[in-house]
Amino acid sequence: MYFDSFNALLTMDGHGAFVWSAYLITTLVIAAILVAPGRRRKKFLRQLAGELKRSRGGPNSSKEEA
Amino acid sequence: MWSFFHKLGSPPWLYSISGVILRWLLPITLVALAVGLAWSLLFTAPDFRQGNSYRIIYIHVPAAVVALAGYYVMAIAGAINLIWKMKMADVAMRSAASVGAALTFIALITGAIWGKPTWGTWWVWDARITSMLILLFLYLGVIALYEAFDNKEAAGKACAVLCLVGMVNIPIIYKSVDWWYSLHQPASIKFTGDSTIDTSMLYPLLLMIVSFYALFTCCLLMNMRAELLQRGARTSWVKKLALAGKSV
Repeated sequence: MYFDSFNALLTMDGHGAFVWSAYLITTLVIAAILVAPGRRRKKFLRQLAGELKRSRGGPNSSKEEA
Repeated sequence: MWSFFHKLGSPPWLYSISGVILRWLLPITLVALAVGLAWSLLFTAPDFRQGNSYRIIYIHVPAAVVALAGYYVMAIAGAINLIWKMKMADVAMRSAASVGAALTFIALITGAIWGKPTWGTWWVWDARITSMLILLFLYLGVIALYEAFDNKEAAGKACAVLCLVGMVNIPIIYKSVDWWYSLHQPASIKFTGDSTIDTSMLYPLLLMIVSFYALFTCCLLMNMRAELLQRGARTSWVKKLALAGKSV
């Protein structure tokens, strides 16, 4: 480990605010692009499942299916 | 060989194979990113001239490199869609655009934060920075143009043309630091000749670049999977998947 203390790691000789904000923003953006597609896919599957179950349960379901 | 291309055009096959790939690639990517971040923040020595602010290089350079590589992926996919009308290429193009935009955003914002302690300014209209900003607008332009069309086939064609025209920007980004020598420093890592970076800084940087490539691949595949389902909403394999209730 390069830094002597936790405080030195935080301040980084006056550059801490720059370095940590850059790393924080990057981490947030990466987390967002990693999570978003999975959520979109699962939400779509849930919605489609709901629609399909409703249309199957309906009176004209056989016609709609065909 | 041909059967591979034939399979590549099959949404259910692509959906399941990408799921298998992601099951391995995603954890590896996350571990590599975590190791790379810890290495670059905690274990590397500061630069003798820039001090600790140079640590931003470990996210700035990988994001910029992969943002450019992502543009190739998007443009090549667009070209394949234009020439051979492959639907999967269109899915790949649309999926690459949002990941590329996010990476270009990271490169620009970390560059601005790095610029303040190093150059004394958040922003200059330097050739490298301006051409990267144009890259961001190209990515956002592809996304906006795609959403503007109701007819997705026409959207794919228009976006592919935009991608290919935007390729003009790529060599400008690469050569900008040599053609217009201003604030942005030239490349430190060279494929030919010696790199002007110490190996103790080079190895964590290379790890981060590889991690960002893996990150791009993961996000591209995940976006493609979501896109494949939405486009195939009326097909039997998607319906079966939805009714099975499995999210995998």
